Amino acid sequence: MNRTFGLSEFLFVVAAVRWTLLLSLVAFLGGGVLGLVIAILRTTSSRFLRLLTNGYIQLFQGTPVLMQLFVFYYGLAVLFDVQVDAWPAVALAFTLYSGAFLGEIWRGSIQAIPRTQWEASACLSLGYFQQLRFVILPQAMRISIPPTVGFLVQLIKNTSIAAIIGFVEVTRAGQLIVNVTFQPMVVYPLVAALYFAVCWPLSLLARNLERRIDADLGIKWHL
Amino acid sequence: MHYAYHFNVVWDHWRDLAEGAWLTIQLSALAMTIGLAVATVCAYAKAAGPSPLRRAVATYVEVIRNTPFLVQIFIIYFSLPTLGISVGANEAALAAMVINFGAYGTEILRAGIESIGQGQIDAAKALGLSRLQTFRYVVLFPALKTVFPALASQFILLMLASSVVSAISAVELTALTNSLVSTTFRPFEFYFVATGLYLVMALGFRAVLGGVYWMVFMRRQRI
Repeated sequence: MNRTFGLSEFLFVVAAVRWTLLLSLVAFLGGGVLGLVIAILRTTSSRFLRLLTNGYIQLFQGTPVLMQLFVFYYGLAVLFDVQVDAWPAVALAFTLYSGAFLGEIWRGSIQAIPRTQWEASACLSLGYFQQLRFVILPQAMRISIPPTVGFLVQLIKNTSIAAIIGFVEVTRAGQLIVNVTFQPMVVYPLVAALYFAVCWPLSLLARNLERRIDADLGIKWHL
Repeated sequence: MHYAYHFNVVWDHWRDLAEGAWLTIQLSALAMTIGLAVATVCAYAKAAGPSPLRRAVATYVEVIRNTPFLVQIFIIYFSLPTLGISVGANEAALAAMVINFGAYGTEILRAGIESIGQGQIDAAKALGLSRLQTFRYVVLFPALKTVFPALASQFILLMLASSVVSAISAVELTALTNSLVSTTFRPFEFYFVATGLYLVMALGFRAVLGGVYWMVFMRRQRI
């Protein structure tokens, strides 16, 4: 006798949204710190640092998230001689993945600030870090917000891939419920709806911010 | 730290890995071709269709772009059969990739179409071109040129995302790697090498698509 999809199954899937959100948050914050460092290193005059950070970005943007998860999951096991829990592997992989994407987005934002801003702040005898902190980053941050929110949507959706290596978030919770209720027609659309409920408002926010910033910058909005 | 690496096992199976990479390339290229056709039709419908059709296309794009690819695959492969629509794993994978790329492609093409000046369209009208002719000769080609880089990166994202279809055991590089891992018990080595193969494919595709761009758009411009 199968279990049917009732209230407790529904709540189990909905409650798992918190793990999706927590994983996204950890990866976004960790990746944010890493991404900021990468974006700054990518725009320095040191050729070596630029090559190094570019290699990092190419590596993480040129390989599938699933493969990154596998390599970290089994790689940590190799390093520590024991099979670790999925959490650290998944959190580490998604943090490094976010760092690469955010680094690339923010590099673009820093480079979009006209050279004259650097020169003007240098004329005011601000040091390199003062120029970044007080002149460049505040302006770059403004233009970087819409693509950053857009990436957050991508990150939240991609955390579903952690389900494949057994990390229980909303997609995995859905799979577990399908395994006992045999009602994929109910469960998977519900899972999709939960992602949609989280991602769609963020997508709309990104679009509105983009429109507003473009209007401020006097660019004809057409995207 | 006492792990003994056995990359020679991977080398013994290089033929299987090469075959997997080739399957991934075929699957992605096929999905992109069909997906691009879907995107073109949808972009036309969105630009010039009647309003219910426009709304339908907008809904399709928003739903696909705000839900994870993995969940889309699960719905096609596990949920639809309960409605009597049953497909094999490979067909389900292809369908999911086409539907996914179609949505992103529609949005990218729309941006390109909106970049075409109204003057161009008025001029086409003045020359007596029909709506479809205008779309084909005046709008689509320059629009494709404008958005080609965005389409190329979306294609690479699609190719990388195709590793996720291994979750329903559709045959491609990741699925083949999984089965090699389960017979050789060397997960780290195999996933490491497969990740490298994906990186090579991503960089290769970027180079090839850059070449295509030059062949199709730049060379023609010079004459």
